[in-house]
Amino acid sequence: MIKIKDIVKKYDGKTVLDNISTEFPEGKTTVIVGPSGSGKSTLLRSLDLLVHPDSGIISFPNFSLNYADKITSKQSKELRAQTSMVFQNWNLFPNLRVIDNITAAPIHVHKVPKKEAIAQANELLKRVGLEKYADFYPDELSGGMQQRISICRALAVKPKYILLDEPTSALDPELETQVLEMLEELAQQGQSMVMITHNIEFAKLSADKMLFIENGEKIFDGSKDEFFNNPSPRIKEFLDAISLQ
Amino acid sequence: MWDIIISSLPSLLEAMMKYTIPLTIISFFFGLILAIVTALIKFLKPHGNAFVRSIWGILRVIADVYVWAFRSTPLLVQLFIIYFGLPNLQNFIPGFNFEIPAFTAAVIGFSLNTGAYASETIRSALMSVPQDQWDAAYTLGFSTTQTLWYIILPQAARIVLPPLSNEFIGLVKDTSLASTITITEMFQVSQQIAAHNYQPLLMYTEVAALYAILCSILTILQHYLEKRSSRYLKGDEG
Ligand SMILES: Nc1ncnc2c1ncn2[C@@H]1O[C@H](COP(=O)(O)OP(=O)(O)OP(=O)(O)O)[C@@H](O)[C@H]1O
Ligand SMILES: [Mg+2]
Repeated sequence: MIKIKDIVKKYDGKTVLDNISTEFPEGKTTVIVGPSGSGKSTLLRSLDLLVHPDSGIISFPNFSLNYADKITSKQSKELRAQTSMVFQNWNLFPNLRVIDNITAAPIHVHKVPKKEAIAQANELLKRVGLEKYADFYPDELSGGMQQRISICRALAVKPKYILLDEPTSALDPELETQVLEMLEELAQQGQSMVMITHNIEFAKLSADKMLFIENGEKIFDGSKDEFFNNPSPRIKEFLDAISLQ
Repeated sequence: MWDIIISSLPSLLEAMMKYTIPLTIISFFFGLILAIVTALIKFLKPHGNAFVRSIWGILRVIADVYVWAFRSTPLLVQLFIIYFGLPNLQNFIPGFNFEIPAFTAAVIGFSLNTGAYASETIRSALMSVPQDQWDAAYTLGFSTTQTLWYIILPQAARIVLPPLSNEFIGLVKDTSLASTITITEMFQVSQQIAAHNYQPLLMYTEVAALYAILCSILTILQHYLEKRSSRYLKGDEG
């Protein structure tokens, strides 16, 4: 379980995250929704210290961290061992082949023997049917393939949580389906996930918990059923607006 | 005419082998090291304690002044200061000998000059690798040094190759300036021969052709390297 308490983040005096507290249950999928610019990415990136909040506390079962303190590189490494981010534009390393994209961190960060890392990477690729692309460079593959590979890359470091920031928004519907199927499968297998998405269908199907953020404030924090079956007027308005798109 | 060209060729080629090429390669080697160090000092944001940050601040000022000084003065003047000027320091610090052999002075001058220009080329290549790549590496647990080494530098190297090759080729031609500090490099030899045979047009055209051949070979090499290094990009030629 990840717990966060009173996270505040300001950019040039503008409050982007306003005292957010919540928890992300283990083995479950938490979906974060909210209008554009509401602070979703900032919140998610705080969980991995890609954004450094001004204050607040993040805690895992075995350690916690106060954002207001000076964070050492050892602490950020410890935190990042628990979480791993998947990006909207996948951000694969263009200079590395698919297999090296996946094995780079296990080998160089976690000191997994090369042979073992490669075997594990091939195993991951096989699970998503991409094993024959191991020696390709990312730019030779479709966006859908690249995103599935980037999810493999995130899984390869064996994080407790994978964090996904709109992983399918940059994809055509057809390619989006491939990625969503992979994510649904991961959700079923009990992989802990925190995901920002505008794909309400995915949320309805796979979310365990919903978080709705607006103007840096937490508006809703609860179960999927409550969110969809008994929405407040504001959430209903949001859902209607999304379904019109 | 041909016999003049052919009879002068051996001494020109000898000067090329003895001075022009070694001067270029040695100066570029040291210049490149200097450029990488300078670029990294300017590019990286120090984190860590106040002591590290203030040391870094001092290094950055030195780097800025160095790059500014060598990019805003003529190479010829730089060579003169190093070779003819520095020995005068003896007047201020007696007991030391500041005389530098001409070849060493040339290497120092060319290296410092190349380092200043190339550092800006390298720095802008480093900046052109998107922040996304840093984020992706950090989220996987890479340290800054590891990210730089495995992810950023290889991508920057590909970007930096064409402009850096141009600087290398420029340096080949700039070595002709070494003639002004008594080095008998290729251009100097052609001057000497012209003084004897009264054929300046022929001699200088011949030496020009030799520079052109050398630079063309390097250009071909550059294209080959660019092709190799852009292997991983679909849509690039090659
Ligand atoms: N580096 C930054 N500097 C200044 N302002 C920023 C920065 N990053 C984000 N912001 C601002 O913070 C607010 C929240 O941004 P954030 O990216 O978290 O929103 P979001 O909910 O993810 O939006 P979207 O759905 O468009 O991705 C926005 O107003 C944005 O302009
Ligand atoms: Mg966002």
